[in-house]
This record gives sequence, structure tokens and C-alpha cells, in this order.
Amino acid sequence: MKLIIAVIQPHKLDDVMEALDEKEIYLKTVNNVLGCGRQKGIPEVYRGVVESGKLTKKVRLEIAVNDPYVEPAIQAIVKAAKTGQTGDGKIFVLDLQECVRIRTEERDGVAIG
Amino acid sequence: MNPNINSGDVAWILVSTALVMLMTAPGLAFFYGGLVRRKNVLSTMMQSFFLLCLISLQWIVYGYSLSFGPDFHHFIGKLSWFALRGVGMDPNPDYAATIPHQLFMVYQMMFAVITPALITGAFAERIKFPTFALFSLLWATLVYDPVCHWVWGTGGWLKSLGALDFAGGTVVHVSSGTSALVCALVLGRRKGYPHHSIPPHNMTYTLLGAALLWFGWFGFNAGSALGANGIAVSAFIATNSTAAAAAMVWLFIEWIVAGKPTVLGGATGAVAGLVAVTPASGFVTPFSAIAIGAMAGAVCFISVTVVKQKFKYDDSLDAFGVHGVGGTVGALATGLFAQKAVNAAGADGLLFGNASLLGVQAIAVAVTIAYSTAVTFILLKVLDAVMGLRVTEEEEVIGLDDTQHKESAYTLLD
Repeated sequence: MKLIIAVIQPHKLDDVMEALDEKEIYLKTVNNVLGCGRQKGIPEVYRGVVESGKLTKKVRLEIAVNDPYVEPAIQAIVKAAKTGQTGDGKIFVLDLQECVRIRTEERDGVAIG
Repeated sequence: MNPNINSGDVAWILVSTALVMLMTAPGLAFFYGGLVRRKNVLSTMMQSFFLLCLISLQWIVYGYSLSFGPDFHHFIGKLSWFALRGVGMDPNPDYAATIPHQLFMVYQMMFAVITPALITGAFAERIKFPTFALFSLLWATLVYDPVCHWVWGTGGWLKSLGALDFAGGTVVHVSSGTSALVCALVLGRRKGYPHHSIPPHNMTYTLLGAALLWFGWFGFNAGSALGANGIAVSAFIATNSTAAAAAMVWLFIEWIVAGKPTVLGGATGAVAGLVAVTPASGFVTPFSAIAIGAMAGAVCFISVTVVKQKFKYDDSLDAFGVHGVGGTVGALATGLFAQKAVNAAGADGLLFGNASLLGVQAIAVAVTIAYSTAVTFILLKVLDAVMGLRVTEEEEVIGLDDTQHKESAYTLLD
């Protein structure tokens, strides 16, 4: 089992969710984050003072998948989230030790989907 | 002070002026602001706020003169009142016999302010700020000022035909609503619309805005009596009744069709009612007002949920669906429900024995639609060629607050 964390451009979220649905990956967690990477931030002005942005808004998506779904998930995310510009984001794949469905108390692979 | 001046009238119209100003900012600013995405909320609010500032100046310099000044061929006012020359503290009996002329001027200013602000709902989240500013200034000058003159100015040709528009159904709502549709079509849809849903980011703002609009509308309609008198009272009651009836009808239809009554439905329904009663407010009984509200609620509901979905134009905040359609319903309803028994200075409508009023109302609506459409279209095309209408795709994606104003409405940390 793996936990995939993807940090993507906020406006790409809808496309990524659709792409994952197409691969039958339906269970996701999403939240707003701030991040910085190679992309420069967006400058803001407050009463004449320019502040260069350091952190940019991104969206973080977390999905837990069984091993056969890892590669399809990565490809779906990349295809949907890629714009070719700096700031597209990153995908991290972590080993997932345990997964429990709270309602039924099922564990492991069965609990993931 | 001129002996004709009535201090009660002055007090009420001063208050009404402030009430109508409130409708643009914060009313419309919040109503529209809540409906857009968080990355665009400031730019949306800025449009209303900026127009309050811009038209406040345009009006005093030349807008008032073009709208209400001495008549030129029944089409426009002359610039005789440029920079308020000739507009003093004595009443102008053509317009309002018991309040200073300057008070009438500043009261009308607030109508001129909010009308272009209504159009912003059509091009929300995608227009370039400088283009928006120039478009609005030109629209105010070339559409609002003439149409205002036709309906309310001395010598205005629609006024001489007998068209009734108590507080601006045609002048404000039909003109801006129609222009909004043209803008939506010429600018094109937002990226991702209608495939991706673009829900309101803060419905509490929208409800706040709607309530402020309702509150301010008492100044819009009851103030159009231009005096603290019985007509003001009857317009006040009509305004409240129509808003309530339209909101209820919208909520009920929504409950049946969509399963639950929603805050957005209630808010939009109320605004639709307020729009529709605007031309009729000083001419109808409370029960006619309720009927107008029911009609507006139902027709605007269909316009926004069925017609827009079918044709898929991106009138983002339903400026056409509510103001254009609602204003038309109201203008025509005035032709049905107006009663001389309520306001002797008005006329009787179809339901009270006079068929001709409805015809005149229809002419006024049709002409306003045609003129607004033509001029708005030309303005947009010229501005597109000269400076471009839409932000770039990248700017649209990042958001207008950051790209047009270098500001962020909400911080994510601290």
C-alpha cells in the first residue's frame, strides 16, 4: 500500500480529480497549502509598499492506493496537472503501513478502495 | 432658503441618496463579491467601489447635464449644466419642486453610479481593469445618460410617449442587464465554464449584500417620490412586498425542483423582486406588488436556471438573468398594474381599463434593449481592438486580485 501526496497548481485540481476518477481512484483528501519551490511568488502591494511573495498557493492531494494503482495514479496526476510552466508541483510516494476503514474496521488493501 | 423647499422632503431625499449609495458599496460589492472565487473577490468589489468614485465625478462634471439638462432633440441633454453651472439650491420644478436642485442632482448621481456597477456581474473574473474602467465611463456617457434623458429628462422622447418608470426599471435594469448579456457573449466564457463548477466562495457575503441592497432599495424606490409623502410610503410598501413575494416564490420553486430551499435562491429571488418593482413602485398597490413579485421570482428563476443552462452563456453573476429579465418583467408589469388611484401623476394599466400603457412600456423596453445592445457591442469591439478586453489565460488562472491589483483578500497563514 502506498500514500501518494501531490502538490499541484490550484486551478488544476478539477482536472486531476477527474483523471483519478477515470482510473477508478475515488478516495481523496484535499487541502489548501502554501509552498515555495523554484517558482517565484506573486508580489503584493499594501499602501505603496511592495512585498514580493515568497509562498505561493497550491493544493495538496493525498490518496492511499494499493500497489497496482500507484503508477496509473502518478500518470493520471502528471497528465492532468502538467502545464509545462515552473510551479506545476511534485508527487511524493510513501510506503503506507496500515489502513483501516473506520465504519467496518476492515484493514489493509480491502480498506483502501 | 427658497420658500418652496420642504425640510421634510429634503431630509428624506438626503437619506435616500445615502441609501442608494449604500446599494453600490457595500451592497453590490458584497453581493457580487461572495459569488466569485476567493482569488477574485477584491477585483469584483473594486469594480463597484471604483465606479462609485468614477461616476461621482463624471456626474458632476457632465453626466448630470447630459441626463437631465436642457433638451436637445429629445435625445440628450445639452451641456448647459456642465460642472453644475445653473444647478443651485433653488428647486428645479421640472424635476422636484420642494427640494434643492443640487439635491435632486446628487440623488440621481447614485442611480448613475449603480447602473454600470450592475454590468460587472457579466464579466466578473476575466476583464482587464483599465479596460473595465474606460468601458464603464464610456457606457455611462453613451448609454446611461441618453436613456436616462429619454425616460426622465424634460423633453425626453419616451417620457413624452407616456412611458412610466418610477425609479429606473428601464433606465437602470433593462439597460444594464441587456448590456451585461452582450458583455458576457463578447468576452466569452470563463476558463473551465461550464464544465467545471465555479461555486460562490462566500455565501455569507452574498446574503449580506442582498440584505443591504433591500435596505438601500427603500431609498431607490421610496426616494423616487422625491418627497416625504404618501407616494413614498406606498412605494416603500410595494418595494418590501415585492421582494418578499419574489423570494418566497423562488424558494418554493427551488424546494420543489431542487429539493431544498437555498440561501442563494432566497437572496437572488429577493433581488429579482426588487428589480421588478422598481419601475412600478410608485404606481401600484401592495397586492399588485405581491403579484409582480411572484411573476418576477418565477420568470427570473427560469431565466437563470433553465435558459442560461440551455444556452450556456457565462453571465457569471446573473446580471442579465436578474436585472435584464427582471427589469423587463417589471416595466411590462407596470403596464398591467399601474393605477391612477395610487398615484394621480401616473396612469392606469391594462388591468385597470387602459390598454395603451402596456404598449408604451413595451416600446420603451424594446428601444432600450436595442440601443444598449448596439452601443455596448460597438464599445466592446473598439476597446478590444485598442486595449484588449480579457486578461490573459495565465492571469485568469492566477486570479485578478493578484494580477490586476497585486492584492490578496485572505491570507492562508496568519
